[in-house]
Amino acid sequence: MATAKSAKFDIKAYRGFKAITLLCLFVLYAPLIVVTIYSFNASASLTNWEGVSFRWYVDVFTGPESGKFKTAALNSFIIAIAAATMATTLATLAATGMVRGGKFKLRSASFGLISLPLMVPEIVTAVATLIFFNAIGFDRGIMTILLAHTAFCVPFAYLPIAARMQGIEDSYEQAAMDLYANKRQAFTKILMPLMMPGIISGFILAFIVSLDDFIITNFVKGAGVETLPTAIFGSVKQGIKPNIMAISTMLLGLSVVMVTISYFVSKADNTK
Amino acid sequence: MAAGAASGGSAVTDTYKDARTWLLLPAWLTLTILVAAPVFMMLIYSFLTKEFRGGVIWEFSLAAYDQFFFDRGLFGDDPAKIEWTYILIFWRSIWQAGAATILSLVIGFPTAYFIATRPEKSRPLWVFLITIPYWVNLLIRTVSMKFLLRDQGPLNDFLINIGLIDSPIHIVNTNFAVQLGLFYSYLPFMVLPIYAAVERYNFSLSEAAADLYATKATTLRRILLPAVKPGVIAGCILVFVPSMGSFLAPDLLGGAKNFMIGSLIEEQFKGNAGNWPFGAAASMILMSMVLVLLMFYARQQAKSEKAEG
Repeated sequence: MATAKSAKFDIKAYRGFKAITLLCLFVLYAPLIVVTIYSFNASASLTNWEGVSFRWYVDVFTGPESGKFKTAALNSFIIAIAAATMATTLATLAATGMVRGGKFKLRSASFGLISLPLMVPEIVTAVATLIFFNAIGFDRGIMTILLAHTAFCVPFAYLPIAARMQGIEDSYEQAAMDLYANKRQAFTKILMPLMMPGIISGFILAFIVSLDDFIITNFVKGAGVETLPTAIFGSVKQGIKPNIMAISTMLLGLSVVMVTISYFVSKADNTK
Repeated sequence: MAAGAASGGSAVTDTYKDARTWLLLPAWLTLTILVAAPVFMMLIYSFLTKEFRGGVIWEFSLAAYDQFFFDRGLFGDDPAKIEWTYILIFWRSIWQAGAATILSLVIGFPTAYFIATRPEKSRPLWVFLITIPYWVNLLIRTVSMKFLLRDQGPLNDFLINIGLIDSPIHIVNTNFAVQLGLFYSYLPFMVLPIYAAVERYNFSLSEAAADLYATKATTLRRILLPAVKPGVIAGCILVFVPSMGSFLAPDLLGGAKNFMIGSLIEEQFKGNAGNWPFGAAASMILMSMVLVLLMFYARQQAKSEKAEG
C-alpha cells in the first residue's frame, strides 16, 4: 500500500498494521489448523506423515479408550445442556428485572453480583466452590459440577440477553397491554419471541463455556467422575496421542459451528 | 396501570417494575449461594488448621499465612525469616502475566486499530475472526500450541526443512512458551476494548494534527494514544488478571521449572497430600491483588465516562 488515494485514508493507515493483523490471525489459527490436519494422519507416530486416514476417529469410538471417552462425553453433554438451560432461564428473568424493572437502588450491586464469576479468577472460584461443598458436606459428583457450572455460566448467558433486550423498545409490550394483554401475556407472547435471538445466543455461549470448562470441573468433580476436558487432560499428561487430536478436532469443530450459529442468530433482526 | 412511562429510546424501562424482585431473586440466590458465599467460606478456611488427609480442623490458626510469608525452620522454632519460595512464585506469575500482556498489546493494538479502520460493514466479521479461537476449549488450544511448538513438532520440522535452522529450537518448557500460551488464551480481551475505543475516536483530530505538520508517528503518540488510553488500560487489565491465575498454560507449556500461582493453588487440593488452609490463603492473596487491579480499572472507566460527558 504505497500511495494513498486521499489525505484522509493516508492519515488512518499505518504501515505494517495490516501485516501484524494477518500475523495475529495466523498465530491464532495455526495451532488449530495443524492439529486438525494431524488428526487425519495415518501414522501412529506424531512426527511422520503417512497419508490421510480416519483411523484415529474410528479409534475414538471403538478403540481401547472409547469407553472412557463415551462416559466423559455423555457427562459433559448432560451437564452442559442442564447448566446452560438453568443459567439461561435465570439470566432471562434477571435481564427482564434489570432492563425492564426501572431504576432501583441495588441495580449496580445486582449487576456486580451477576458478573462476579467474570471478575474472580477462575481458579479462585474453583477453590471456593470446592471448599463450600466440603463445608456443607455435599458429596462431590455430577451434581456439584452441574451447580458450579450453572452459577459460572449465568453472566455468559446474561450479557447477550440483556444487550438484546436493551435494543427492543418497550412500545411493543405497551401496545400489547393497550390491547388488554396482561403483563404475563405481554412477556410470553411479545417480549420473549422478540428476545429469542439473544436467548439463543446466550444459551449457546453458556453451553460452550460449560462444555469447555476444565479448572472448576477439575476441582469439584468427585473421584472417578470425568468430563471430556478432564479426561483429555488426564490423557495429555501421559503425552499427546493421535486419538486425542481426533477428539480435539471434533470438539473444536463443534465450538466453531456453535459460535458461528450464535453470531448469525444474534445479528438477526426480528423486530421488523 | 402505573408502569406506563413510554420512554421509547431509553435503554432501561419499567414495564415489569412490580415483578422486579421476583425476577431477580433466582439469580441473586444462585450467585450468592454458589459464588459469593463460597468466597467468604474460603476466607474462613484460610484461617483454620490443616487436616493431614486434606480438609480442615475447625480451629483458628494463622499458620497458612505464616507459612506463606515466613520461614521458621524445619521444626518451627527458629527465629522467623522471610520465606521467599512463595513470594517468588507470585513474583514469577506477575512477571509472566506482565510479559504476556505486553506481547498481547504489541500485537493486539495494531490489530484492533486495523479492524477499527476497516469499512463499517466488514468490521463485525473481522472481530468475529479474532474471537472464534477464544471459544474453542482452552485446554485444546493449549495442547495444540504445545503440539505445534514441540522439538519434533511441525514448526521445528518446517524451519529445519527450509534450512533456516539445523537443530530444533527448544520452545516448550521455557518462559516464552508460557507467555505465548497466555497471549493465545486471552488476546481477544486486549483487542476488543482497544477496538471499541478506536472506533469512537474522532479522526478529524488526526487530520488537524497532520495539517499542523505533525508526522504520523507524532500523531499516533501525542493524539491517538492519549485518546484511546482507557481502552488500552482496559485491555491490559483484562489480559493480565486471568493470566496471573492461569493454570493450563504454565502447567502444559511451562513444565516444572515455570511454576505459577495457579499450579501452587491446585497442588494444595490434589488428592490427600495438600494443605487446604494454605491453598485458601494463596487464593485470597491472589484475589486481593486482582480486586485492587479491578478497582483501579473501575475508577479509570468512571473517569473516562465522565470525560466523555
